[in-house]
Amino acid sequence: MENSGPNIDQQAKELESLMARVRDLRWQFGDETYDLYLESVYDASQKIVSAVVKKPGETRALKLETKIDRVVTSKKWGFPIMFLLLAAVFWFTIVGTNYPSQWLSLLLVDTVHPWLKSMAELTELPFWISGLLIDGIYLTTAWVVSVMLPPMAIFFPMFTLLEDFGYLPRVAFNLDNVYRKVGAHGKQALTMSMGFGCNVTGVIASRIIDSPRERLIAIITNNFSLCNGRWPTQILIATIFIGSLAPSYLGGIVSAASVIAVALLGIFMSLLVSWGLHKTVLKGEASSFSLELPPYRPPRIKTILYTSLIDRTLVVLGRSVMFAIPAGMVIWLSVNISIDGKSLAFYLTEWMDPVALFFGLNGIIFLAYIIAIPANEIVLPTILLLTVLGSSVSGQEGMTMISANSALETADILKAGGWTLLTAVNLMLFSLLHNPCSTTIYTIYKETKSLKWTMYATFIPIVLGLVVTFLVARIWEIFG
Amino acid sequence: MMADPCSTCPIHHPGNLEKLGIDMSGFDYIIALAGNPNTGKSTVFNTLTGLHQHTGNWPGKTVSRAEGAYKYREKRYKLVDLPGTYSLLSTSTDEQVARDFILFGKPDVTVIVTDATRLQRNMNLVLQILEITDRAVLCVNLIDEAKRHQIEIDFRTLSRELGIPVAGTSAARQSGIPELLQKIEEVASGSFVCKPLRIKNKDKRLAEAIEEISQTLHTLYPGLPNAKWIALRLLEGDESIVNALDSGQLGNLTL
Repeated sequence: MENSGPNIDQQAKELESLMARVRDLRWQFGDETYDLYLESVYDASQKIVSAVVKKPGETRALKLETKIDRVVTSKKWGFPIMFLLLAAVFWFTIVGTNYPSQWLSLLLVDTVHPWLKSMAELTELPFWISGLLIDGIYLTTAWVVSVMLPPMAIFFPMFTLLEDFGYLPRVAFNLDNVYRKVGAHGKQALTMSMGFGCNVTGVIASRIIDSPRERLIAIITNNFSLCNGRWPTQILIATIFIGSLAPSYLGGIVSAASVIAVALLGIFMSLLVSWGLHKTVLKGEASSFSLELPPYRPPRIKTILYTSLIDRTLVVLGRSVMFAIPAGMVIWLSVNISIDGKSLAFYLTEWMDPVALFFGLNGIIFLAYIIAIPANEIVLPTILLLTVLGSSVSGQEGMTMISANSALETADILKAGGWTLLTAVNLMLFSLLHNPCSTTIYTIYKETKSLKWTMYATFIPIVLGLVVTFLVARIWEIFG
Repeated sequence: MMADPCSTCPIHHPGNLEKLGIDMSGFDYIIALAGNPNTGKSTVFNTLTGLHQHTGNWPGKTVSRAEGAYKYREKRYKLVDLPGTYSLLSTSTDEQVARDFILFGKPDVTVIVTDATRLQRNMNLVLQILEITDRAVLCVNLIDEAKRHQIEIDFRTLSRELGIPVAGTSAARQSGIPELLQKIEEVASGSFVCKPLRIKNKDKRLAEAIEEISQTLHTLYPGLPNAKWIALRLLEGDESIVNALDSGQLGNLTL
């Protein structure tokens, strides 16, 4: 490229005069340019389409679609139908999870684990290697798989079915108005729905929101959507502690209802925090947008199975196992490194217990949440392992209580660890309201490029979680 | 039972398409996939590349671009799945990603995916894309759904009106893909020369203003392919285009 000096100057001058002319013309049109242009576009497309498309008018299929929409997005039926569908999904998950969980636990925890231990004894592995590998890493992983896999393998295909059929945008449609009322963007209803799958996706999806202010609100509040990693925790705890309070034929329904209650509390919190942000640090007008309701489509079974089992179940499970390995090591070490005859975990839980109990939780839960910051998925397995290993600290050979091959036995372990109904309720609440997992935090930072907003997104939920569990614990004290 | 006459046609030779997944090495052409949200762009993308980009029945699922590749008749194509947008005029990140890629990424062909049952609404974006690129193929997707609703589309007239090749597909059911591939090849190789429809501005004064500015742009940057569209953006006061002019980036757009 050879551009001599005068040439560039010449061009710059001409450009300047062009821009002057543009400014001049802009005075003539004002803000109308956009509308004038769009009008011409609409006109042209109208002409073309009417020439090439023959429509028979409202066909039966189209009429049916309109009818379905009129019901599922109606003021009267929209929300009840939404709750019923969600309830059905949870109920199937809860009822369907128990047996596969038992089988997996029977295989991985009751059969393979003792076999591995005996192999270790035969080969005379040093105690710390077999402990670290088999009691730490293997057992955590086995628990992650048997606790997490069955609910995911049932929940995700059903959730994906609703998505593929076209129901999720209707959920967004129903919620759109509510979100606008609290000063957030209506599209936040969509990103929130995506958060029910995974908060990382929900945070990234917030790019569909044009206004930076509303996009930030959507990003900061996405964590209030219960995600992949937290559904199984909710479902299991609900089954063990809340479902078991009801007569057995109602157990499934009661547990499903309590999970829905937590999910709804999440939606409520996202509205509340959006409103709070809108009133304080992120003031501004809510902008309008048009939401297109896509046609209902016959679900494609192959795609659903691929998306739900490979993209979701295996990815989430793989991630949990990846995090379970270091977590298992940390747990085993913290239980087995002792000072003055007492383990590190003992000191830590002992030290956190008074504070934790104040919030209706316990030290083990606090410790588990710290170990599980990288992935919410492993919170429950971590709690189980800490409880089991912790209770065996005093007696050296206390590894007998390790099998948790049904929800009932899991309950026994937890009850032996001093759990009450309050602990369970507050764990469910705290699982909803605490910091996002580290991947989400990193994604929030990448999307906002701001440390300040990342901190907001991280600490608002923790503070809310502590406030809510504190209040519940106090109310429990009064009535309990 | 008669054999399907299409299956004996040479373009249906199944060996023509080779899905390359994410192997994008040494490609001959870049193809962009653009269109309204929820028209099945990602499904077309998956069908051609063999990848499993997450598809879902709702708008706004793809917010960043996905890339993959396929091989068709010995040529390698790099395929870029752009976020679905309703227009090219707004300032949200997803629309900017789409617009910038079509403008600055210089794709050899832009495949505009539309929903056969919502052609009217989709056409607005089609016309806007044709304002900024000369090489495009229209993919009318979801024709099976259109059939269900008894909608008939005259593809030949549509192609003549728009001045670009048109292919009717149902990507989820794998139909119409050979025709689409062939039409992409025709435009990429230059054997089909597009004469895309350019919108006539109804408002005379606006039309004159655009004409005047694009004339000046042409003398300033000879060979600028989309002077009219840039003129329009200037008149709307689009700052990113003004900056591009200032920094000389626009000069790079000339062919």
